[in-house]
Amino acid sequence: MSLPPLVEPAAELTVDEVRRYSRHLIIPDVGMAGQKRLKNAKVLCVGAGGLGSPALLYLAAAGVGTLGIVEFDEVDESNLQRQVIHGQSDVGRSKAESARDSVQEINPYTRVILHQERLDSSNVMEIFAGYDLIVDGTDNFATRYLVNDACVLLNKPYVWGSIYRFDGQASVFWSEHGPCYRCLYPEPPPPGMVPSCAEGGVLGVLCASVGSIQVTEAIKVLTGTGEPLVGRLMIYDALEMTYRQVKVRKDPECAVCGKNPSVTELIDYEAFCGVVSEEAQEAARDATITPRQLKEWLDTGENVDIIDVREPNEYEIVSIPGARLVPKDEFLMGNALQGLPQDKKIVLHCKTGVRSAEVLAVLKSAGFSDAVHLGGGVIGWVNQIEPEKPVY
Amino acid sequence: MTATTPVTVSVNGEPRRIPAGLTLDRLVATLTSAPAGVAAALNESVVPRGQWPATPLGEGDRVEVLTAVQGG
Repeated sequence: MSLPPLVEPAAELTVDEVRRYSRHLIIPDVGMAGQKRLKNAKVLCVGAGGLGSPALLYLAAAGVGTLGIVEFDEVDESNLQRQVIHGQSDVGRSKAESARDSVQEINPYTRVILHQERLDSSNVMEIFAGYDLIVDGTDNFATRYLVNDACVLLNKPYVWGSIYRFDGQASVFWSEHGPCYRCLYPEPPPPGMVPSCAEGGVLGVLCASVGSIQVTEAIKVLTGTGEPLVGRLMIYDALEMTYRQVKVRKDPECAVCGKNPSVTELIDYEAFCGVVSEEAQEAARDATITPRQLKEWLDTGENVDIIDVREPNEYEIVSIPGARLVPKDEFLMGNALQGLPQDKKIVLHCKTGVRSAEVLAVLKSAGFSDAVHLGGGVIGWVNQIEPEKPVY
Repeated sequence: MTATTPVTVSVNGEPRRIPAGLTLDRLVATLTSAPAGVAAALNESVVPRGQWPATPLGEGDRVEVLTAVQGG
């Protein structure tokens, strides 16, 4: 299904622009008209991280006239393995400003607009209204559903991509012409079920593989070229080195773009995605200790059993002294409960405190009412107690 | 042939014997504890969640179960 161009062409290209974009201009399918459309295009990239890095660099190089960047975070050393828009000297800087500087270096003709705030229901409509197309490079389900719903309500094409370890998925969701994100995934997985890249890792170069699909699709939609990835899901497997696709139809029962939508305005996306499950929140209430508290217990010889519920490869990177490893799934399957001591205080921890809260809920319901978990996880421990150790 | 004669389908590329007429929702339930965050494609076409119980599987069908990931 080909679609008409999304954007009207700019009046003209300058002599400098003609020189710069000559390799586009001599492709008959792009040509002067297509390049002028790119010049007139306003594209918003949500996130300047893994997917946002290649997306912004190539959108700028391609000659997109206006690029918006939504980003509130700062550049961290652990970003540099994949977020190629930032460099060593940017560590600690605002990601939005670092990304803007890289974009301007690649293409000074691109106008950059920074939105240095966390995208939420209160600002998304106003921010999105100024753009033709949205490229998604966010790293969490709550923002992805927020972006989808806002795009449906504003009728904007949503160029979506997501990545994990060696796997990537990409599509163009556009409710006017095809399905939306909710037609594919009506709701997110239960909290704690699917790890984020921070918890599960991601092959750095995967960002380029999926980000380049997103940029390709953005250019096609803006210029009305080729067959856009509307109504198709692209599935990339870096280990097998395969690209497969499946068709996605509009779901007539979709909550936001179906015949009788139940979502007609933005909702509370944190609650919808249950960042931490209610059971875990309940369990963690009054049963969360700080790294300093744990250190004090260790120093005073308190009889504690510190259980690290992360995966073995995470344990290898950094661990808390005396902690033993029992990955979360062994508790969720129920077979780790009998190995727990009755005479010691159980302290659970993970990387940041999400997984350990989930396990804590399991332990509490199994009768281990004294069990606690470490708020902030091993990252909090390293930051406050053993800063010489690595974080990841 | 009765309704319970096993047929062979492909699930994420692996052959699998199932009772003929087993519906997509029942098959997905054998693979994951909760369908939330899961999409299922039958013969390279995603089947909307609400239609899973009305989608019986037959000999040679190719089922792909996909999990939503959030990374970016």
